[in-house]
Amino acid sequence: MKKLAIVCCAVSLVFAFSLSCQAETLELLTWEGYAPKELMDKFEKETGITVKPTYSNNEEIIAKLRATRGAGFDLAQPSQDRISSVQVKYKLYQPIDYSKVDAAQIVPSMLEAVKKNTMVGDKSYAVPHVYGTSGLIVNRKYAPEASDYKDLLNPAYKGRISYRLKRPTLIGIAYSMKQDPFVLYANPKGYEKLMERVGEKLIEGKGLVKNYWTNGDALLQSMRSEEVFVAMAWDNGGWKMHAENPDIDFVAPKSGALGWIDTFTIPAKAKNVEAAYKWINFMMKPENAAVFTNKEKYATASAGAIDYYDADVKANFQRSFSKADIDNIKWYPPVPAKLESIEGLILDKVKAAN
Amino acid sequence: MNAARARITLPFLIFVTPVLMWLFLLIVLPHIDLLLMSFRIEDDAGATVWSLVNYLNFFDEPVYWRTFTRTAVYAILTTMITFAVSLPVAFYITKVVSPRFSGFLSLLLLMPFWVSELVRVYGWMILLRESGVINHFLLKAGLLQRPVEMLYNDVTMVMGLVYTSMLFMVVPLISVLESLDDSLIEAAYDLGGNVFSIVTRIIIPHAMPGIVSGGIVVFMLTLGNYLTPNLIGGKNSLWFTEQIYNQFIASFNWNQGAAFGFLLLILSSSIIWIGLKLTRQKLSQVVQ
Amino acid sequence: MALDLSVENVTKTFGDFTAVNEVSFAVEQGRFFSILGPSGCGKTTLLRMIAGFIEPTAGRILIRGNDMANLPPNRRPVNLIFQHLALFPMMNVAQNIAFGLQRRKEKKPEIDRKVADILERVGLPGFGNKKIDQLSGGQKQRVAIARCLVLDPAVLLLDEPLGALDLKLREQMKVELKKLQAQVGTTFIYITHDQSEALVMSDHVAVMNNGRFEQVDTPRKLYAHPKTPFVARFVGDNNAWKGIVADHREDLCTIETTDGQIFTAGAAPDLPSGTPVAFFIRPEAIIIAPDAGLDDFNRLPVVIKSILFDGANSRLLATPVDGEKELMIALPQNRQYDHLNAGDRVDIGWSARSASCFKAS
Repeated sequence: MKKLAIVCCAVSLVFAFSLSCQAETLELLTWEGYAPKELMDKFEKETGITVKPTYSNNEEIIAKLRATRGAGFDLAQPSQDRISSVQVKYKLYQPIDYSKVDAAQIVPSMLEAVKKNTMVGDKSYAVPHVYGTSGLIVNRKYAPEASDYKDLLNPAYKGRISYRLKRPTLIGIAYSMKQDPFVLYANPKGYEKLMERVGEKLIEGKGLVKNYWTNGDALLQSMRSEEVFVAMAWDNGGWKMHAENPDIDFVAPKSGALGWIDTFTIPAKAKNVEAAYKWINFMMKPENAAVFTNKEKYATASAGAIDYYDADVKANFQRSFSKADIDNIKWYPPVPAKLESIEGLILDKVKAAN
Repeated sequence: MNAARARITLPFLIFVTPVLMWLFLLIVLPHIDLLLMSFRIEDDAGATVWSLVNYLNFFDEPVYWRTFTRTAVYAILTTMITFAVSLPVAFYITKVVSPRFSGFLSLLLLMPFWVSELVRVYGWMILLRESGVINHFLLKAGLLQRPVEMLYNDVTMVMGLVYTSMLFMVVPLISVLESLDDSLIEAAYDLGGNVFSIVTRIIIPHAMPGIVSGGIVVFMLTLGNYLTPNLIGGKNSLWFTEQIYNQFIASFNWNQGAAFGFLLLILSSSIIWIGLKLTRQKLSQVVQ
Repeated sequence: MALDLSVENVTKTFGDFTAVNEVSFAVEQGRFFSILGPSGCGKTTLLRMIAGFIEPTAGRILIRGNDMANLPPNRRPVNLIFQHLALFPMMNVAQNIAFGLQRRKEKKPEIDRKVADILERVGLPGFGNKKIDQLSGGQKQRVAIARCLVLDPAVLLLDEPLGALDLKLREQMKVELKKLQAQVGTTFIYITHDQSEALVMSDHVAVMNNGRFEQVDTPRKLYAHPKTPFVARFVGDNNAWKGIVADHREDLCTIETTDGQIFTAGAAPDLPSGTPVAFFIRPEAIIIAPDAGLDDFNRLPVVIKSILFDGANSRLLATPVDGEKELMIALPQNRQYDHLNAGDRVDIGWSARSASCFKAS
């Protein structure tokens, strides 16, 4: 009996000790590069909260949260167009309490747009964080003429082309065919037809592709070693390459760069909601946002960050985007349910084709 | 009978219960869940209903069953090549080299498996890519005028798969060949046998249980591989597992993914069953 | 008569170790030739060189007059019966026997006929469909022999094939093997460490030691006239003494042993007085209570230490009355010596010429 009591005491002591030792943490489900070490350390120093990032992409963010029905993470960073339909179907997120977000730090138009696009019922579910575009990364030395998604199917660059087999490629090619896939979002039948045509184009051009890239760093390595001349990728990758090799640069396609906004969302069963809001406000602080931008070359929705940008970051944007290019950016509208299945089949067919 | 009943004692139950619980909670339950999921679809109104559509899709949509056929054919091919490569290696380790070195050589075979498959695949990519190590040396040596892309084709992919699964063939082969009496080989040689007849009449019949168990492991691993076809295989290399992944992750269609998963299980099991029938082996002997 | 096998000055070295040292011998057609030696004497190496698994370091091996140099085992007209027989467990009896014929690309009906034929000859008719593990030890032996004989080899090599059998079966197989060899007329080369196997079956026996042949002779001569101390000690049992030649006359010499006994023994002429010698007398050459008045005869009173009863092979263990040396004496089981008991004193003796005498090394 005595022994049992001692054991109980010991166990409860250990338990209490481990609880008190456990520092406050923020489980962050995000993209590679979105949580620079520098800022995580600074955040921990300011708030005592340790950030534990998990790196992922849109599809996997949704799949992970769907598997746990919104548990396991305190903060996630899906793109704004992939939130509302998912929220309707699977209820992965909780509404944002905008009173806890320091709205003064955020570009108002972007905040409004994101609120509108992530609205389900009368609640909105996201705060904008990073934005950027998808377009072309081109090696000017070998492909001086490449200027549109069409050049991903251009026989002149046979074996020197690379893109992802993911939905942005389908949409980019659709735009280069003088179609507007975003308008067809509302019309699944019409969208399916368009996607089939896009699929045929991609199958036709399959012989020209070197590979379908899956990992951004691997693509940049191929650009660096001049194995690939024309690729469809994110703007920051092109700008990173430009710093190394002036021949390589990001090009806003003539049919329009595809604009995306990655957001902050709070999963339905988040444990540490307070820490999530703290991180949002911390990341949107102009000087912190600028640290991120200077490192990763991505722009953020932080209002005053531009004052802290490095000169080359400003130059990147001016060099790649004319006024007309900016006006021509196609911002992703929210993706309705079911489109993913249509696109998935097309992408499988392209990959399976010989 | 009495003895068997007597064995079910309290200690026995204490030990066996966690194992059964573990099996049930972590393996049986999720599979039942997946199985149920595979028979459900979402109708146009968004409600989930029972249906066989997920399974019918596999046969209706050529891209699905063709991908499966392709995957299965490549898995069988990989298994055969792995066997052809592993037999001489296992023979060398067990019969040719002195026993002192055979342990060391087995260790060398094992070494690549201390790092993850991802690292190994990237290793191959660094070697074989257009700006890679092999091209660099071939260019330096003047054997090539301009670099050649050695990645992203089926030959390289099969090579990568063989490399990844070789150990799982070599190890069972080593253990069966160790039990092969050297004098059987010598006797066959003495009676007029050449290398071909010794291999086909003596070594392979003797090694059959090891070949089949190694073959099953390699076949299953190859069929279920995701990384190697995806990274080395390049643009034509749609693998059935990738299709399952796409259904789950990209298309958010878990029901379809679950159906594919079960089709993979059923079809691969039947291929193995046919293989066992053809080689006249029994599963219970092979897994010993 | 034609020579089936001749081995000329064959040497095999492994690094510093010489396994077979300058061995030469020839075997006539149809003979049963045994190589007898302790384990490690090089007999297996020699056999494997004849079979072709090992190439000699020096010397030639000729089979029916053809040089076998660099010819692999599968192209030599010899077949080997392995110590553990090496029957193929994955095949049945008929497939085992047919293996070699199939390698020669013989026609199927021809093969079937030959297999049935040879099974008949080795006394296993109708055993073709049996599995190897259904056979008894003796039957396996016969299948192994049939598997080789069906190929009609010039020479059949046997590597201690009886070693794994139990005693009774071994005795039986010895006789059977000898009969079979006489019947088929194939030349047999048989290696063994068991002198009884060699003596019973062979026409000629070579005694091998440390890579060399000590003596090649008929079993009877080997037994009666060993040419070296090794042969004397290895073939049959012997009582051995060490001593010094005290006197020499004609073909006899007088020897004084280290324990002070004086004997006469038959001796070679190259043993002058003062030579240290080893001399041997077989237990069965010793006579218990010999008659008086025999010439050139050694006599010795002994005390019986014990009686080792072993049927026809019974022995007395005795020591000389005035010595420590233990002697083995054959005890014929003809009831004549039933009165002997341990502790008894008895006279023994042997004819001087039945002892062998060698210069001590």
